[in-house]
Amino acid sequence: MSGNKEEVDPRINGIKTKIRVVPDFPKKGIMFQDITTVLLDPKAFKDTIDLFVERYRDKNISVVAGIEARGFLFGPPIALAIGAKFVPLRKPKKLPGETIFEEYELEYGNDRLEMHVGAVEAGDRALVVDDLIATGGTLCAAINLLERVGAEVVECACVIELPELKGRQKLKGKPLCMLVEYR
Amino acid sequence: MATEDGQDPRIPKIASSIRVIPDFPKPGIMFHDITTLLLDTEAFKDTIDLFVERYKGKGISVVAGVEARGFIFGPPIALAIGAKFVPMRKPKKLPGKVISEEYSLEYGTDKIEMHVGAVEPGERAIIIDDLIATGGTLSAAVRLLERVGVKIVECACVIELPECKGREKLGETPLFILISSA
Repeated sequence: MSGNKEEVDPRINGIKTKIRVVPDFPKKGIMFQDITTVLLDPKAFKDTIDLFVERYRDKNISVVAGIEARGFLFGPPIALAIGAKFVPLRKPKKLPGETIFEEYELEYGNDRLEMHVGAVEAGDRALVVDDLIATGGTLCAAINLLERVGAEVVECACVIELPELKGRQKLKGKPLCMLVEYR
Repeated sequence: MATEDGQDPRIPKIASSIRVIPDFPKPGIMFHDITTLLLDTEAFKDTIDLFVERYKGKGISVVAGVEARGFIFGPPIALAIGAKFVPMRKPKKLPGKVISEEYSLEYGTDKIEMHVGAVEPGERAIIIDDLIATGGTLSAAVRLLERVGVKIVECACVIELPECKGREKLGETPLFILISSA
């Protein structure tokens, strides 16, 4: 994780070695960070979750918001372990009830992130979880959604950071916790 | 809703935490929304516990989950029973080499995909999704895993819509569900 003692946590190297880098996906020049290979190793997957749970269990977090779809792999186990509710943040038209949305930029054009009305309440303390932070656009949209309904975003948590894309700067001053950097 | 396992006292609470939304995604469909279950920390924990109690210690090395709501229930079960989690995804989402299986929709077909090498012949698997309706997606997942020599011990869902006869599509593969919504 970023900073202090977790840099020497022996579990982190084990997780890092399980991440598969797939060149030229989804397009040429992109080195895609594939976490599905972490999920195939029960110890590495458990260690990933444990590292986040240890960090958040005593922080009175009432909401874990996970970004579709890979945030759904890490968010629920964390939520269950710390006793928080899990809120899926989804692409348009997937959530069946009344939603609010936040737009964010893609390389070409925009996309939207949606959340169910009523899922999160004013005063909730929230964590936002995704597998990876690149430019930070999606995470920024997630923070905006949560803050609009009066929640306090305590931290963003990602397994992987691509620091050269400077996503940290897009997080409206919220701290980022990550386990593995890829340069 | 009626309950599959009338005996376990946790099930009525789980059932009542699920929201039914009429006419989504189109008129006439009563959509079973599990997101409200995920907001109830006790109900979500009980849901996972019920599956874990059933599958722990049964030599299951693979939990396969169908995108996207299967990703919410599958990983906690996999972690608790010490199995790997294998995501089964819509086309073009998985970055590595994949194998795919087609299945029928009301109009046309769709595919689900799995990474080559994620599972090995002889592994014992369960397949998780939030709900079984017609069984199209689940039966495609079964075929995909069986093609690579995996034994499907059971399919497991939170909710079944029995009128959609999904169980029949699964043929010989057993199905375990918590809640039956007729």
